[in-house]
Amino acid sequence: MGAQKKGATARVSEDPEELARHPLQAILLADSFTTKFRPITLERPKVLLPLVNIPMINYTLAWLESAGVEEVFVFCCAHSKQVIDYLESSEWSSQPNFSVTTIESHNSISAGDALRLIYERNVIHGDFVLISGDTVSNMSLTQALQEHKDRRKKDANAIMTMVVKQSKPSPITQQSRLGTDELFMAINPVTKQLLYYEDKAEYSKGFISLDKTLIADNPSVILHNDKQDCYIDICSQEVLSLFTDNFDYQHLRRHFVKGLLVDDIMGYKIFTHEIHSSYAARIDNFRSYDTISKDIIQRWTYPFVPDVLCGSSAIKVERQGTYRASERCTIGSNVTIEGSYIWNNVTIEDGCQLRNAIVCDGVILKSGAVLQPGVILSFKVVVGQQFVVPAYSKVSLLQQPTQQDSDEELEYADSTSGTGELRSDKLNGDIAPDLSETASELGTGGVGYIWTVFEGAYDEEWRHSVAPIPTDKLVKLMLDKDEDEELLTQDGNVISASRELKTDSDGNGSEDDDNEDSRDDYVSFEKEVEATFLRAVHENVKVDLAVLEVNALRLSYNMASVDCGGAIFYSMMKLAVESPHNSASELHRNAADIVTTWQKLLKSFLHDIDEEIEVILKFEEMCLESAKEFAALFPQILHLLYDKEILQEDAILRWADEKEGADESDKVFLKRSEKFIQWLREAEEEEDDEDE
Amino acid sequence: MPDTQALVNDFLNKLKKRKIEGSQATAKQTAELLRSVISQTRMPYTNQASALIHSVKAVGERLIAANPVELAVGNVVRRVLHIIREEDLSLTTAAMAGLNLSAESDDEDDTDRDNHPALSAAAIAAASRSTLRPPSLQTLLEDVPDSAAVPHTSSSGGDSEGKSKSADKSSRSRKLKHDVIEAVNELIQDISTCRELIAEQAVEHIHQNEVILTLGSSRTVLEFLCAAKEKKRSFRVFVAEGAPRYQGHLLAKELVTRGLQTTLITDSAVFAMISRVNMVIVGAHAVMANGGVIAPVGLNMVALAAQKHAVPFVVLAGSHKLCPLYPHHPEVLLNELRSPSELLDFGEFSDCLDFGSGIGAPLLHVVNPTFDYVPPKLVSLFITDTGGHNPSYMYRLIADYYSADDLVLERRTASGN
Repeated sequence: MGAQKKGATARVSEDPEELARHPLQAILLADSFTTKFRPITLERPKVLLPLVNIPMINYTLAWLESAGVEEVFVFCCAHSKQVIDYLESSEWSSQPNFSVTTIESHNSISAGDALRLIYERNVIHGDFVLISGDTVSNMSLTQALQEHKDRRKKDANAIMTMVVKQSKPSPITQQSRLGTDELFMAINPVTKQLLYYEDKAEYSKGFISLDKTLIADNPSVILHNDKQDCYIDICSQEVLSLFTDNFDYQHLRRHFVKGLLVDDIMGYKIFTHEIHSSYAARIDNFRSYDTISKDIIQRWTYPFVPDVLCGSSAIKVERQGTYRASERCTIGSNVTIEGSYIWNNVTIEDGCQLRNAIVCDGVILKSGAVLQPGVILSFKVVVGQQFVVPAYSKVSLLQQPTQQDSDEELEYADSTSGTGELRSDKLNGDIAPDLSETASELGTGGVGYIWTVFEGAYDEEWRHSVAPIPTDKLVKLMLDKDEDEELLTQDGNVISASRELKTDSDGNGSEDDDNEDSRDDYVSFEKEVEATFLRAVHENVKVDLAVLEVNALRLSYNMASVDCGGAIFYSMMKLAVESPHNSASELHRNAADIVTTWQKLLKSFLHDIDEEIEVILKFEEMCLESAKEFAALFPQILHLLYDKEILQEDAILRWADEKEGADESDKVFLKRSEKFIQWLREAEEEEDDEDE
Repeated sequence: MPDTQALVNDFLNKLKKRKIEGSQATAKQTAELLRSVISQTRMPYTNQASALIHSVKAVGERLIAANPVELAVGNVVRRVLHIIREEDLSLTTAAMAGLNLSAESDDEDDTDRDNHPALSAAAIAAASRSTLRPPSLQTLLEDVPDSAAVPHTSSSGGDSEGKSKSADKSSRSRKLKHDVIEAVNELIQDISTCRELIAEQAVEHIHQNEVILTLGSSRTVLEFLCAAKEKKRSFRVFVAEGAPRYQGHLLAKELVTRGLQTTLITDSAVFAMISRVNMVIVGAHAVMANGGVIAPVGLNMVALAAQKHAVPFVVLAGSHKLCPLYPHHPEVLLNELRSPSELLDFGEFSDCLDFGSGIGAPLLHVVNPTFDYVPPKLVSLFITDTGGHNPSYMYRLIADYYSADDLVLERRTASGN
């Protein structure tokens, strides 16, 4: 500690801020411990991949340096030699007041392992910044650090400050911008304490669950889905020891943060710091690579933009934000390049077409080759003449690994299942291109293997690729969201306002949409009612309870009791049709049984004549469409309902009167039940007579 | 030498990261750095001047490359080079004249050069100099004999005649270095006092009950206005806020604390207000050789409005801001594009910058240039630390400070160091 203090006093003259008491340290993980950037990362570590012509790690280091960090420990795992060599030859090794130390490991397979190793080395002496080597930012740390320190003084359990950034609360922006999943956070708006973190919310469920103690313990909780996690953390020493204590912690977010929030270890707390005007984002996959590249070109990361970082006049910003740099690339004539990333020493011959592809160093595209959107060509791949590389394929000189190598980047969570699946694929011989025929795989003269995409991951491909999301996927994504939202709004009984908004934003905002909407609502309501009814039948639920349940459904779907009657009747008849029967008479008996058992349920929703008419209409509809078997039984069932006093004669007569004026086609059932109605009318007249 | 190397690297880093704000600070630090470079340079027996020039150029080139937008760096480098050349020239001419003067006058002249009339040796040196190059602007304008002009041109870098008496071969090597360092010290002095010198002239320009308009914030402007206020001038100031950095807000605050009547307006309201304004006073980022001004964004608009209403447009600039280059010069990177986040909040607009959907390219571009160019015809007057100047005379003023050999630094010393 003595040495520490000496170092600090020497620096006080330059940095009068309080934070200079300890030299500010940072841990930079030069490995993301994932496989999202394969196959490129098989040959070169992710942090050295060029991002707008500069290796990614340079952005991170430059930011750390400017943010006042004085000591950086770069943790290298995969391709550690390359990273170390690069750092030693770069300017970073010779900076005054900024030391870069590398820590090498060959057996760490996760961020957790890395932090445990760093803890063992005992090099961290105070608060430190934890960041991965693929994060681009220009935020000022001073304020966040100060907040962190102040909190520490008040509460020793505040061990971590997580930097978050506001993002547009559009439901798909997270995914379409950075290719990451939507993130939910619950934050106490006063203390900024992070209470809940969920980045793998399942949409199929359509909801997330919060521990009720959260709400009980905090006077106010704000649940955000519009925050972007910047993956920049200011941590206290305790974080390292926590990782050591909990040796099963692997992933920073999935295990550590969630573990801390859920398990409530030692009362440790995590806080958030929101940045507004500055930029911070992490390159997680190819899509965020694309997005962040464009953000950098648009200078959101200023002053960490290529012309500033490079220092030389090699890159200058020109009109319209175009950067021009000599890349030693050869590009033939009639070549179309759109939205692609072409690294150094690439040869593109005449007539090639590239769309939204990443082309690594030393790639040769023979004339007429076509890269469809989302293609990744790893180092030194040769694409043969006229060959069309299919969309989203990844091509590498290396074969797709079938074994996990311990010193490679691995996604510990998915790797086992992933490779297992892959292997079985191989066994089944399901792989489309035969791996043994290398030459033909990429056309004549081509060199490289096209990696196969295993089933489960295919869905991820479009999401993570550099290519824009295909419109159909986007529409699907939107629809999913919309449905979710709809459900949410209905559940919460917040109806008309949001509905109106939505149709307006659809652009056409026509009546049609609205009708469609309510139609859909009714169908889903009907399904729910049917399910409830069936359950009631099978589980012998009491009628009263069933009534209660249907009523609850009615409220949540905002339906009238008319709809309930119709729906219940529909479910009853459906049950009758579905239960085994051989002849029409048996069917009649089935229906009679059901109606007898559940007449009270049905009756409780038929308060007036209109509702009863609705039931008849519904029945008519059924006979025409879903349950044609009833068509013949129509008068009998009608009679049955009359007998059971579900339908009053007034209702039936009114229905008959209404139908009188209808089209011939509509009168089919009226005619069939003519006799019954006739009888009813006569009975009524008799009654009238008697009265008189 | 390793010591200087570390200093240079440190400074380079700061320049690169845009950590030094303001051209005055940059200029001063550049001069200080170059001074230590000069003092560390080993002097060979022959051709000392070119050795110095070489080492200064090598460093200067890197400094300029580190932040090509900050022209003050290049200006100071060129001025230091000019100083070396001048000193060398003076020494040579003095040697040629075969003069050998006593040491005591040397000391005396060093201490208070500004007050004393130049000594005869200085006059000779100056005279010999003037045969080698055209007379200075000051001399032409004021029509005074060369010897009397020496105090005035003290900031012109060619003011070290007084020290150049020793033609003794043995002491010459130390003499040149010493003289150069002295002159650089003077340059540093000039840079740090330029604001006061400019502010001193305030009363001559700002009159009672006038309305002054300015845009954004400039320390020089602030001190200029305050100097007039201290001289019991009562006037009002309109401050245009200077989007997108809104430094005008800070200026307005500062002015109010100093007791000035201040009105804050938006940039777009300048034309509406200009008819009430008596004079526009603004700061500059750099003044080019043609009299054009590189200034904070928005000033061209102000200048046009001022011209329309025939309001004088006055630019305050310390002499370190005078750049010997022309704005069409390829070396001059006219603009710096800063982060769009100054214009709008990234979070609010992140859906517009969505590259995943649509055509993959963003439909929204946000461009945030830092500087504007005001052509010389829109400028009425420049006020530098040496006085007021017409734009069309700027090139002559600049010729006093720089030698033509140094205008293009990069290409000639590409293999340097």
